[in-house]
Amino acid sequence: MEYTTLILLLPFLGFILLGLLGTRLRPGVAGAIGTIVTGVVAILCYWTAFEYFGAGRDASGVYPVMIPWNTVWLPFGGSLHIDLGIMLDPISVMMLIVISTVSLMVHIYSFGYMKGERGFQRYYSFLSLFTMSMLGLVLATNIFQMYIFWELVGVSSYLLIGFYYTRKEAVAASKKAFIVTRFADLGFLIGILIYGFYTGSFSFTPDAPLMGTAKMLLPVALGLMFIGGAGKSAMFPLHIWLPDAMEGPTPVSALIHAATMVVAGVYLVARMFPLFIGYAPEVLHITAYVGAFTALYAAVVACVQSDIKRVLAFSTISQIGFMIVALGVCTSSDPHEGGLGYMASMFHLFTHAMFKALLFLGAGCIIHAVHSNEMSAMGGLRKYMPVTHITFLVACLSIAGIWPLSGFFSKDEILAACFNFSPWMGWVMTAIAGLTAFYMFRLYYCIFWGKENTELHTEHRPHEAPLSMTLPLVFLAAVTLVAGWIPFGEFVSSNGQAYHIHIDWTVAGTSLCVAALGIAIATWMYLREDRTVADGLADRFSGLHKAAYHRFYIDEIYQFITHKIIFACISTPIAWFDRHIVDGFMNLLAIVTNKVSWAIRQMQSGYIQRYSIWFLGGALGLAIILLLV
Amino acid sequence: MDYSVIFSYMYTEIALTGVIVAALLYDLIAGKRGRRFFHPVMCTLMLLFIAGTVFPYHKDSGEIFGGMYVYTPVYGIVKSVLAIGTLIVFLQAGSWLRREDTRFKRGEFYVLTLSTLLGMDFMISAGHFMMFFIGMELASVPMACLVAFDKYKGNSAEAGAKYILSALFASGLMLYGISFLYGTTGTLYFDDMPAKIDGSALQILSMVFFFSGLGFKISLVPFHLWTADTYQGAPTAVTSYLSVISKAAAAFTLMVILVKVFAPMTEYWQLLLYIVIVLSITVANVFAIRQKNLKRFLAFSSISQAGYIMLAVISGTPYGMTSLIFYVLVYMVANLAAFGVIAAVEQNSGGKMDMDDYNGLYKTNPRLSIIMTLALFSLAGIPPFAGFFSKFFIFAAAFEEGFHVLVFIALINTVISLYYYLLVVKAMFINSNDSPIATFRSDTGTRLGLVLCLAGVLALGIASSVFDGISLYSFGLMQ
Repeated sequence: MEYTTLILLLPFLGFILLGLLGTRLRPGVAGAIGTIVTGVVAILCYWTAFEYFGAGRDASGVYPVMIPWNTVWLPFGGSLHIDLGIMLDPISVMMLIVISTVSLMVHIYSFGYMKGERGFQRYYSFLSLFTMSMLGLVLATNIFQMYIFWELVGVSSYLLIGFYYTRKEAVAASKKAFIVTRFADLGFLIGILIYGFYTGSFSFTPDAPLMGTAKMLLPVALGLMFIGGAGKSAMFPLHIWLPDAMEGPTPVSALIHAATMVVAGVYLVARMFPLFIGYAPEVLHITAYVGAFTALYAAVVACVQSDIKRVLAFSTISQIGFMIVALGVCTSSDPHEGGLGYMASMFHLFTHAMFKALLFLGAGCIIHAVHSNEMSAMGGLRKYMPVTHITFLVACLSIAGIWPLSGFFSKDEILAACFNFSPWMGWVMTAIAGLTAFYMFRLYYCIFWGKENTELHTEHRPHEAPLSMTLPLVFLAAVTLVAGWIPFGEFVSSNGQAYHIHIDWTVAGTSLCVAALGIAIATWMYLREDRTVADGLADRFSGLHKAAYHRFYIDEIYQFITHKIIFACISTPIAWFDRHIVDGFMNLLAIVTNKVSWAIRQMQSGYIQRYSIWFLGGALGLAIILLLV
Repeated sequence: MDYSVIFSYMYTEIALTGVIVAALLYDLIAGKRGRRFFHPVMCTLMLLFIAGTVFPYHKDSGEIFGGMYVYTPVYGIVKSVLAIGTLIVFLQAGSWLRREDTRFKRGEFYVLTLSTLLGMDFMISAGHFMMFFIGMELASVPMACLVAFDKYKGNSAEAGAKYILSALFASGLMLYGISFLYGTTGTLYFDDMPAKIDGSALQILSMVFFFSGLGFKISLVPFHLWTADTYQGAPTAVTSYLSVISKAAAAFTLMVILVKVFAPMTEYWQLLLYIVIVLSITVANVFAIRQKNLKRFLAFSSISQAGYIMLAVISGTPYGMTSLIFYVLVYMVANLAAFGVIAAVEQNSGGKMDMDDYNGLYKTNPRLSIIMTLALFSLAGIPPFAGFFSKFFIFAAAFEEGFHVLVFIALINTVISLYYYLLVVKAMFINSNDSPIATFRSDTGTRLGLVLCLAGVLALGIASSVFDGISLYSFGLMQ
C-alpha cells in the first residue's frame, strides 16, 4: 500500500505549488488546484480504508498494524532514532476518512464563501498545508513524528486564524492561539523527551515491558503529554484560545477548530491508550475529571453567548470534553470490561466531526447572508434560507442526541461508559447532555425563529447561499443522518477485537428524556417572538448571567497572571539579566576575540621559513605534551 | 595471477586512469577546433566515470597485491563523494578555462586535477604505509602545479612555491615518523602493525610526525599556516578543489589509519586531536573575523571546519565515521557553492573578491546572493539546512564518547563563526554601495554546478537515507 505516501505528498506539493505561484494564478484556478488535490487525497483515503478494513483481521482477531513506508530520519547513535513513516491502524484510518471528508467539503465550500477575498490563493495554499500536516499527524509511526506534524498543524492554524491580518482582533487571536498551544506543547515535548530517554524509543509501544525508572516515570511523561493534548483540544484551563480563534474565516473554523485539529488531543490520548491503561490508569482518570469539568464549564458558557460562532466554539469545547471523559473512564482494554469508552470516544469524534463541521458551515452561510455574527441580527431566517435551515436542524438534533441521528448513538455509548465507571459521572454527563440540547436549540431558535430583525433584513435581504456552499451542507447532513448506523465497534475498539454495539435502553432512554427536556425548555423560552421568560431569568440571575457571558472571567485571570505577575515579577528581572549579564558576556567574547586576533596576527607573517618553524615547533610541542601526560 | 580480481577491486582507480589517458590523448589529437569542446567532453567523461563507479561492486572487503591495496565499500563511497565534488569543480571552472590566458593549457588542468584525485584514491585504499605515501605524493605534487597554474601572476606563483615547500616539509617529517614506526615494529602493513604498537616514546613521536603530515593536508592548526596564502593566490577553481576534495580525502584517511593502525594508542591520539581541535577551531575563528578578502576568509573558515571534522575522528566509532563522511559531503556542497559564487563574480567583474566589493550584491544579482547566503548558513550550521544536521551528527558522535567539554567549546565557536559568516550576508543584503557589481549571467556550467550544490544544501539534511546508506558500511575501533 505504498500509495499511502501520496496522501501526504499530494497536499504538500499542492501547498508548495500554490504558495510559490501565489497571485500569479487566477483565484479560481488556485481554488480548483487545491480542491482537486484534496479530492484525489480523499479518494486515496477512502481506498486506503477500503483496502485496510477489507484485508480482514489476523489470527488473533484484530486488524493488524501496517507500516507501508518507514525510514530512519534522525539516528542518535544509540538505540534512539526518529523515524518518518506511515502507520495504518483502525484509528488512523478512521481519522483519514474524517480529515479528508471535512477538508474536501471545506475546500468546495470556500469557493463560495471566500469568493472575491483578497489572498484567495494564499488561503488555499494554507488549507493544503493544514491538510498535509493533519494527515501526517494521524499517520505518524512514532511520537516524535507526531510532534513534528503537531507543530505544523499549530502553524497552519496560526496562519489561518490570522488570515485577515489587517484586522487587529484576528492578529491578536492568532497570536493567542499560537502562544497558548505552544505553551502546552512544551509539556508535550518534555513528556516525549522523558519517554524517549527512559524507554529508549520514540515508538508508541515500547518493545519490552517497562521496568524500574522507566515504569516509575511513565505516568509523569504521559501526564505531560496530556498537557500538550489539552492545549490543542482546548481543555480547561487551556481553552481560552479557541473562542478567539473564531476570528478566522468560518470554513477554517469548521475544518480546524471543530472537526480535526482540536480533536488531536483526543487522538493523542487514544494513541497512547495502551500505555495509559497499562502503566498510568490514575492519570487517565485525571483526564476524565478535566474533561468532565471542561464539558460542564463550556456548556454553561455556551448557554448565554450571543455570537453564534462563539456558541459553537464553546459547544465544541464541551463535546471534546465528552470524548476525553469517555477515554478517561476506561478501566481496562477489554471493551466488555470497562474499555467501552475508547470505542465511544472515537465514535463520537467521528460523528461530531461531521455534524459540527455542518453546524459551522451552516453558520458560515448565515453570516454570509446577514453579514454579522450576532444573534440580534438574525431571527426568522428559516423563510430565506430553507436548505441551511433544514441541515442546521439535523445537526442540532444530532448533537442534542435525538434518535436516530448519529449523535444519539455515539453519545449513548459515552454515557453508558460513564455509568460503568461511576453512577455519579454518568449523571453529571447526562445533565451536560441535557444542557447541550438546551443551548443548541436556543441557538437554533434565535437564528431561524424568534423575532426577526426586520430593520436590517429589509435593508439587506438575506438570501440562500450559492450551490457550492449548500452542497457540502447537504452532504454532511446526509452523513449525519446515517453515520449512527455504522457498526463502529466492528472497526475500532480498545483491544482491536470486534465489538458489537448494543444500545443500553435505560441509559439511552434517560438521555433521550433529558435531551427532550432541554429542547422543550429552549422551545418554551426562545420560540416566541417575545422572550419574557429568558429575559426575566437573565435579570433574576444577573450576576451568574454576566459571569457566564464573560466566560467566568478566565481570560481576565490570565491577563492578570501574565501581566501583573509574570511580566512584572519574572520577565523584567530576566530581561535585565539578559541585557546586562548575557549580552555583556557576548560583548566580552567579541572584544576578547578581536584583541586576540590582533595579538597573534604575527603568526600569519607570510614568510615560509617562519611557517616551517611553527610547523616543526607545533609538532614537537604536541609530541612533548603527549609524552609528558 | 588472476587479473580479474584486480579489476574487480581497483575499478575506480583503473577507470580514473582511463579518463586521464583519454584527456591526454584528446588534448594531443583534437586540434584547435576540437579543443573548444574540451570542457563538455571532460564533464561528460567525469559523469560517466561517476555513473560507473558510484555503486560499490562488492558488499564485502578484499585485498590485492598482498595487502598493499585494500577495498572496502565505505572507501568506494568516499571516492564517489570526491569524484562528484571534482565534477562540480570542473563545471564551475569552465568560464575560467575559456579565458585568453588559460585557454591554451586547459588540458593540463584536467590531467593535473585528475592525477591528484587518483593519488587520493590510492591513499584512501592503501593497506601499507609505502602505498599510502606514494598516493599522498601523487596527490601533492600535481596540486602544487595547479596552485601555480596562473604562473605569470605573482600571487599564483608565490602560492605554488609556498605550497610545494610546505608540502615537502610535511612529507619529510611524515616520512621520518614512518621510518620510526618501521624501526620499532618491523613492518609497514596496516594489518600487522597494531599488534606491535605499545605506545613507547618513539612511537608517540612517530605518531605525531605522521599526524603532522596529514594535518598539513587537512590544514589543522599548527600545520595550517600555508593555507591562507595559498588559497588566496591560487586560481579560484583550484582553491575550491583544495579546500574540499583534498581535505576530505586526508581527513578520511587519517581516521582510517588512526582507528586501524594506532588503535593501541587511542588515548594518545584522542588527546592529540583534542588539543588540535580546540586550537584549529578557535584560532581559525579568531583570524577569520578580520579577513577582508573572501578567499582568505574562506581559507580560515575551512580551517575551522577541519577542526569540526576532527570531532568525528576523535570518537573513533562507526557512527563517527558515518558522521565524518556525511559532514564532508555537506561541507563539500556548501563550500563549493560559496566558491562557485566567488568564481562567478570574479570572472564577471574583473577579479573582484573583497568583502566590500560584495556590498549591495543582492540588488544586482539576487540569485547568486541567495545561493551564497544559503551556503554560508549551511556552513554555520543553521537549521533546516544540511549543515545543521551534519554538525548535529558530529557533535553527537563526540558527545557519546564522553567529550562533553570539547563539544561545548565547539558549540561556543559555532556562535563566533555565525558572526563572521553573517558579515558576508550583511554585506550582500544590507550594506549600500554606489557602484555595486553589475548584473551578469554566468555560464551554464557554473549555474549547473550551483544548482547541484544548492540541492545538496537544501535536501541532504532532510533526506535521511543518505546518512543511513553511509552508516551501513562504516566501521570504527574494534573493541
